[in-house]
Amino acid sequence: MMDVVIQTKKLSKEYVRDENRVTALKNVDFQVPRGDFLALMGPSGSGKSTLLHLIAAMDRPSSGEVLVLGQDLRSLSGRELARWRNAHTGFIFQSFNLIPVLTALENVMLPLKLTDLSTKQQSEHATTALQLVGLEDRLQHFPRQLSGGQEQRVAIARAIVTDPDFILADEPTGNLDAASANDVLMLLAALNQEHGKTVVMVTHDPHAAHFARTIRYLEKGALLSEGEVQQDWVAAAIALPFHSRLVGGSEVPAR
Amino acid sequence: MKIPLAYNLRNLAVRKTTTMMTALGIALSVAILAASLGLVNGLRTVFTGTAHPLQLLVLRKGANSELGSTVPTDAFAILRAKSGVARDGAGESLASQELVNVANLPSVDNPKGMNVTVRGLSATGIEMRSVRMVAGRWFQTGQREVVVGRAVAKRYPAARIGNRIRFGKGDWEIVGVMDGGQSALNSEIWGNFDQISADYNRQDSSSSVLLRATDPAALDAAKHSIEDDRGLNASAITEKDYYESQTSSGAPLEFLGFFVAIIMAIGSGFATMNTMYAAVTRRAKEIGTLRTLGFSEGSILLSFLTESVLLSALAGILGCLLALPLNLVTTGIGSMTSFSEIAFRFRVGVTALLSGFAFAIVLGALGGVLPARAAARKEILSALREA
Repeated sequence: MMDVVIQTKKLSKEYVRDENRVTALKNVDFQVPRGDFLALMGPSGSGKSTLLHLIAAMDRPSSGEVLVLGQDLRSLSGRELARWRNAHTGFIFQSFNLIPVLTALENVMLPLKLTDLSTKQQSEHATTALQLVGLEDRLQHFPRQLSGGQEQRVAIARAIVTDPDFILADEPTGNLDAASANDVLMLLAALNQEHGKTVVMVTHDPHAAHFARTIRYLEKGALLSEGEVQQDWVAAAIALPFHSRLVGGSEVPAR
Repeated sequence: MKIPLAYNLRNLAVRKTTTMMTALGIALSVAILAASLGLVNGLRTVFTGTAHPLQLLVLRKGANSELGSTVPTDAFAILRAKSGVARDGAGESLASQELVNVANLPSVDNPKGMNVTVRGLSATGIEMRSVRMVAGRWFQTGQREVVVGRAVAKRYPAARIGNRIRFGKGDWEIVGVMDGGQSALNSEIWGNFDQISADYNRQDSSSSVLLRATDPAALDAAKHSIEDDRGLNASAITEKDYYESQTSSGAPLEFLGFFVAIIMAIGSGFATMNTMYAAVTRRAKEIGTLRTLGFSEGSILLSFLTESVLLSALAGILGCLLALPLNLVTTGIGSMTSFSEIAFRFRVGVTALLSGFAFAIVLGALGGVLPARAAARKEILSALREA
């Protein structure tokens, strides 16, 4: 039986904007098995970030269920959700979201402040995480002293330092140049392949999607099946073999 | 404290101009409060430093100051003979008949002139006080000579040894400067009792009589004995109580100080609130990020409240530093009891500084609580979208 980490059932989300109801997600049913690297693709406004935020317990659904590690997130209080986020998820933002007044090491230590580890242990864990992303020589650097790519690697270190059950990445390469984007994507792929981390990545970049094992497509708040995918570039991205994710692999067809 | 303190301290340092401007506002409130407390403390020191614990001041019944009191000379004879009155080495009663009036002298603060207490007393009266000569000599009986207190010599340009000052019926030569420590005696001019009473045509009476009792029980007994003696028509008050009641001379200034401090505190409380609201708005994305990482609403509230309190603690230290130099300042205040100026030094001590610091902390907490609450209540997604 497949070990499912994330499961949604008839998940819907509506917003009220200027007295108008906007449907961001509509009856989304999907599953993410443990160890998967899933890319959620779709145009702007398709609902992919909304889905990610609901999985990350950063927002609450209008209807339907989000079962993560078998836990129905709707049953948790605000305080329990905060604890849950810290213990089970690692989140990577498009614009890195590092705390500017803290060093790389202190940024990575932040999620560990909510654990029982001593300060020394927190520092050791954070140093290890930064070594894993290749930034062992930047521990005492502030975000302003780092390049965009390095900032995102610090953010990845922060996302993995608590050894979460899965990593959620919202357009992690959206603010990076091509080379830095490749570094970050390779890092995510390595975390998935070598460390068995489940990764859910939102992207609209087919090249980024190459790095995933699975690609799902959202349009107008609904999850499309393969047959419904119309756009050639998406189809091409889905069709690309998993090993082509590496730099120098197959060219992504022009959009 | 889940969110590290370094986060708050460095944020205060990053916006140093805003931090310093806000802190300065609170610091001024703290300094004014500490100054007001230092003023009252200084006055209290002066007045309580003047009193001897075993001495009684006898005034006319109904009078509440030496200036408005008349004690007949024949009453003095009865008073000095009371049982329980201490005696000196020569067997003489430690009782002093004293005449109090005021002289007008131009001061450093007021060239038009300020009232200074003039006291006529005997050698016994001098012996009953803790004073010493710091320059010149004591006045001689039968001469128009006076000595001035150290504060008078300092604050009144005319009150120098060798100078003549005018009061009563003519000029008086200053022959010495006395030091009464931290007491109101430093703000007085002393001369011979007989000489000064003659100048004011009061040979048959004095303003007051100062008595020293042998012990506290004798002090109580003498007090009751004097007040029960209807023929004396006098009241007795311990010297300690008499001078302590004069501390109230500083009450209007103390009230003004507190009033200004409270008004300024309200202003700086709002300034703190404004600064913290601006910090919450500017750091909305950081708040969203911290919440995503798992920090609870409570952690966010505590962090921003701590930052506000840290800001006010800085202001508290700054305010105390601003108030400290007042300890070097000697000034004068008009006493409503003696209608003359009492010189005193501000005494901004540990209690005044701690009160000022605590005042700053309370201001910081009150000013920070609403912005901290607003920070904690931000929805994660809307916080992340603010930038």
